[in-house]
Amino acid sequence: MFIRMIRGALVRQRGKMFLIAFTIALGASLATAMLNVMLDVGDKVNQELKTYGANITVKPNSSTLLSSLYDVEDEGEQIETAYLNEEDVSKLKTIFWAYNIVDFAPFMKMAVTLEDGNEAEAVGTWFNHHLDLTTGESLDAGVVSLRSWWEVTDGSWIDEQNDPVNTIMVGRMLAVRQGWNAGQTVTLTGPRGSEEVTIAGIYDAGGDEDEQIYAPLDLVQKLNGLDGKVESIEVSAITTPDNDLAKRAAQNPAALSAADYETWYCTAYVSAICYQIQEAIPDAVASAVRQVAESEGSILDKTQLLMILITILSLIGAALGISNLVTASVMERAQEFGLMKAIGAKDYSITGLVMIEILITALVGGVAGYFMGFGFAQLIGHSVFGSAIEMKVMVIPIVVVLIALVTAAGSLPAIRMILRLRPAEVLHGSKT
Amino acid sequence: MSLLELKDISKIYGELKALDNVSIHVDKGEWVAIMGPSGSGKSTMMNIIGCMDKPSKGQVFLDGVDISKESSRKLTEIRRDKIGLIFQQFHMVNYLTAVENIMVSQYYHSLPDEEEALEALGRVGLRDRAKHLPSQLSGGEQQRVCVARALINHPELILADEPTGNLDEANENIVLDLFRQLHREGTTLIVVTHDPEVAEAAQRTIVLEHGRVAREIINENFQE
Ligand SMILES: Nc1ncnc2c1ncn2[C@@H]1O[C@H](COP(=O)(O)OP(=O)(O)OP(=O)(O)O)[C@@H](O)[C@H]1O
Ligand SMILES: [Mg+2]
Repeated sequence: MFIRMIRGALVRQRGKMFLIAFTIALGASLATAMLNVMLDVGDKVNQELKTYGANITVKPNSSTLLSSLYDVEDEGEQIETAYLNEEDVSKLKTIFWAYNIVDFAPFMKMAVTLEDGNEAEAVGTWFNHHLDLTTGESLDAGVVSLRSWWEVTDGSWIDEQNDPVNTIMVGRMLAVRQGWNAGQTVTLTGPRGSEEVTIAGIYDAGGDEDEQIYAPLDLVQKLNGLDGKVESIEVSAITTPDNDLAKRAAQNPAALSAADYETWYCTAYVSAICYQIQEAIPDAVASAVRQVAESEGSILDKTQLLMILITILSLIGAALGISNLVTASVMERAQEFGLMKAIGAKDYSITGLVMIEILITALVGGVAGYFMGFGFAQLIGHSVFGSAIEMKVMVIPIVVVLIALVTAAGSLPAIRMILRLRPAEVLHGSKT
Repeated sequence: MSLLELKDISKIYGELKALDNVSIHVDKGEWVAIMGPSGSGKSTMMNIIGCMDKPSKGQVFLDGVDISKESSRKLTEIRRDKIGLIFQQFHMVNYLTAVENIMVSQYYHSLPDEEEALEALGRVGLRDRAKHLPSQLSGGEQQRVCVARALINHPELILADEPTGNLDEANENIVLDLFRQLHREGTTLIVVTHDPEVAEAAQRTIVLEHGRVAREIINENFQE
């Protein structure tokens, strides 16, 4: 009979029950989406922040400058700048915090003369340079991901694996001025001769780079006569926000106590990573690009805080909605419950009936909500982070508990109403 | 032998004495009508007898047991076991069919038995409407379902508060016939009514005025 009553209540009041289930589904879906995004967001935000560009730059030590000046005199050549070796770049992935270094690219700039006699700045770099490391790991490093916010408005990114070395990318402004399009062949002239190059793509960087030419490092080295040399390296690393220790260490690591040094060295502070880069690459100075490096950690914290707040607010909203709907439904059914009490139903059997109704409704809503939340999470993943969100199993019990709490909280006023309901009052609505 | 005895019952709402020192007694198997102007305390008295309310003063003996001091939990049990209730409004659970509405009463009393519930519906002439929802029944039919529900657990006492108040002549007669049957079977009936015809069907009429018993009338023409 109980089952018949529940079934009757659910099936014949499905409109109302559907609303309650829908409210629960909304709450559940938001909670599911937010929790999944939140648990997955650490990686996502780091990837996202990576697109703000490098947070460490590596340059040749000035002392190297002196020695290379001597070299210059020996060779009788006129070189103004010191260089790092291209072959040292991959050593970045050998440091203690190698895993935190998510991307990097070497750079070499030079002035080139165009066909019409105008000058432009050419930047030699890696695009998607394939590296097989001594550790057995292999990766593609370069500006394709380091400058991922660039928009290629015509053509496409250079693919180092497939495109010939005589391929370049041109900044939007320069391309407009020169009347260049993707696919066109142009001639670049440097101190060591001229090269016919094909334009793979036109990019919009939204900055000074729009006036530049980006070319494979090899091409610029050839035009410059500087084989195997790079001017600087930009590194994007995941870092831990600085604290006192990190600040002291940044001034002079040698002044730290042994224990402090150990802690510092084994924490992904930007200064520790810089220090380790300097250890790995001879005659290099690594320095943090301050603002970005520091904000990464706190942006992550703030994003997660925001999501927790949204989740809590949405659950409170759901609880209020449920509370309204359930209370309204119980109020409408006051006579029914009064009648049940009058014909001998105990309080607990009526509250039990209502709670099981709500429970079943919540279950339906919760399951629907979980799958809606799955969809939301993917939507958020794709629209905000451009990738799928991994669904964590541990979210399911959390959502179940949250929904149970929210539903219970939402049903509380209704249950209290039922307990206080006096059959004599609702049944003799005889004052009609 | 008396089934019900009210001794100096008062029910006081603030200044208002809804019942003022009422004493009545009802014998087992007796059929009593209660009349009186609106606000005279009829429903208040029925609620106290029906274990849905407690008097401010006085004692209520049902089957020799004083129920005026019982806990509401205990009162629920007494009501469930001994009393069948019929109201002016046809209170039904609107998402349950006619037969299910009767079975609810069985369920809270003991065990639901669909056959028995259908028989009860047959008694009120609605066996063919068993699978109808309240919204698919007329008012008179709903009240007849309510009567069937009130008698399903074979209560000793049936309390009806203006059972025919919302009924037309035909349905009123059906309900009165049912009361006559119940009376013949030995059920005690207390029926509140404004309708002299309904009152005349009973053996005795108690008239309330301003919360007091104004007079009692024995119906000389009562026919078994
Ligand atoms: N819960 C309450 N609180 C305050 N006053 C009440 C309450 N219930 C009833 N009363 C008052 O007690 C008096 C008797 O009410 P009662 O319902 O018993 O009258 P009645 O004889 O059934 O009237 P009617 O014929 O209109 O149904 C009325 O004046 C009513 O306003
Ligand atoms: Mg009344």
